[in-house]
Amino acid sequence: MTLKEQYIAFMTIVRKEIKRYLRIWTQTLLPSAITMSLYFVIFGSLIGSRIGEMGGFTYMQFVVPGLIMMAIVTNSYSNVVSSFFGSKFNNSVEELLVSPTPNYVILLGYVVGGISRGILVAIVVTIVSLFFTHLHIHSYFVVVVIVLLTSTLFALAGFINAVFANNFDDISIIPTFVLTPLIYLGGVFYSMDLLPDFWAGVSKLNPLVYVVNAFRYGVLGVSDVSLPFAFGMITLFTVLAFTYSLHLLNSGKRLRQ
Amino acid sequence: MARSVYEHFFQEHMIPALTIENLSKVYGNGFEALKGISLEVQQGDFFAMLGPNGAGKSTTIGIICSLVAKSAGRVAVFDVDIDQDFAAAKKYIGIVPQEFNFNQFEQPMDIVINQAGYYGLPAGLARERAEKYLKALGIWDKREVPSRMLSGGMKRRLMIARALVHEPKLLILDEPTAGVDIEMRRSMWDFLKKINAQGTTIILTTHYLEEAEALCRHIAIINRGEIVEHCSIKALLRRLQREVFILDCVEEVAGPVAISGFHVQVVDAHTLEVAIEKGQYINQVFEQLGRQGIHVSSMRNKANRLEEMFVNLVEGAA
Ligand SMILES: Nc1ncnc2c1ncn2[C@@H]1O[C@H](COP(=O)(O)OP(=O)(O)OP(=O)(O)O)[C@@H](O)[C@H]1O
Ligand SMILES: [Mg+2]
Repeated sequence: MTLKEQYIAFMTIVRKEIKRYLRIWTQTLLPSAITMSLYFVIFGSLIGSRIGEMGGFTYMQFVVPGLIMMAIVTNSYSNVVSSFFGSKFNNSVEELLVSPTPNYVILLGYVVGGISRGILVAIVVTIVSLFFTHLHIHSYFVVVVIVLLTSTLFALAGFINAVFANNFDDISIIPTFVLTPLIYLGGVFYSMDLLPDFWAGVSKLNPLVYVVNAFRYGVLGVSDVSLPFAFGMITLFTVLAFTYSLHLLNSGKRLRQ
Repeated sequence: MARSVYEHFFQEHMIPALTIENLSKVYGNGFEALKGISLEVQQGDFFAMLGPNGAGKSTTIGIICSLVAKSAGRVAVFDVDIDQDFAAAKKYIGIVPQEFNFNQFEQPMDIVINQAGYYGLPAGLARERAEKYLKALGIWDKREVPSRMLSGGMKRRLMIARALVHEPKLLILDEPTAGVDIEMRRSMWDFLKKINAQGTTIILTTHYLEEAEALCRHIAIINRGEIVEHCSIKALLRRLQREVFILDCVEEVAGPVAISGFHVQVVDAHTLEVAIEKGQYINQVFEQLGRQGIHVSSMRNKANRLEEMFVNLVEGAA
């Protein structure tokens, strides 16, 4: 395929993905908006006022970046995992497999679809948060880069999950038993210096800690971890996930008999 | 100069649309679905793959269009080896699978346009083609209905429109008329004949000799992962309509025996084999043999491997 044809194929996948989650927006966009609003009300306003300061900010200010990141992670992940597994399940993935579209274009198409949903939900959540607090962005550069890298990483993770999944249980096990705990323990709701040394050390193994803190740095200018290190780790994980996903597609694992 | 143009033209037309050599497939569970089959389909041909359930038809097609990984052998589409440039080979192929494989929540128009996108067709052309083929297949009215609301026959026609949107040179249909009513089957046949007349090579699988007879010029019969027969439909029908009888003679037959209008073979001194074509009378054989002083004491049918297979085919399909 020429580059132009590849671009057309890529845009076709992205458009189809966007159309899919917009069509079922009550399942894809609305839940995050509602959950996050509840978090804002409960943790930010009601309980947050009792907590006082966290990391030098009001609790509400502290928790907003973490919650936006949580929305990005879960939405980019679940978009790809449900869309790609769905297309495996109804065999419509064959439409792509029989076409001359190269595998990396297929992968990029799905990933960008996931990124777009992550960002869209992040925007909705940010707008909701403005009803509760005032947001000042410390570094737009850091915010943009972290949002893109993180949504890419978790869209890829969702893709890998979808390739291995054999049934609908398999696409909810990882989000429920792995992703959600990592997010909750990733410093969305608390600062690492609240933890005893041992648990703070253990937390350093959680990739979500880097994602949440790097983003919080972008918004508030504070972070529990070193920013370059966080960038390095997220980039490394993204490259590994992309390489592995492409390998899965090329080998045809669970896609070709 | 003139000669090289001629040679070029000649070569173009000599390239087979599909070449399969010693293709075999062993599935993950160890089942050997294809046992080294070879076949060739010429450009412009209308080709049938006939065989009972589980013969390996869909497996073969799956390998050609990349949904199944082959275990050994070679496949080339218009001389492009799928191991060397699968993307180029795929551009030549349009595929209509046996099972529905589109997202039932999407609308026919989107399904066809998206497929065009996967082949790199620009948006304008994609719309134009989608309209052309949805209309040609009589489902234009349904273009904006969720495709799960289409009837079975309509879904199948949707898959044909989708397969044609990039105007492939080779159209492969896996049981296109399964679950399609008689009237619709006729109109689908006419449609396929028209596409074929316009130059598209067509391969289809079917359980029905009648369907192959109505449409196709060449045929491969496949059974248990092996090609049983690979010939023209005409030759096949001739063979099916011919019956071979074995005659036991009282007198010893010396030398060749001729019965005018019939094909005779001397098996041994007391045995003859006579082929009776449709429309011929066996009386004539006895008359002529009688005049030659040969008397037939008994007679039986020669077992016909092909016919046996067809009996199985028909039973299998019922
Ligand atoms: N994924 C698979 N794993 C193991 N065996 C398989 C698989 N797919 C097909 N087979 C077996 O391979 C053989 C050939 O199957 P195939 O689908 O190619 O038959 P077919 O000729 O298309 O039959 P039908 O007319 O019923 O569509 C069958 O015995 C089938 O059970
Ligand atoms: Mg089949």
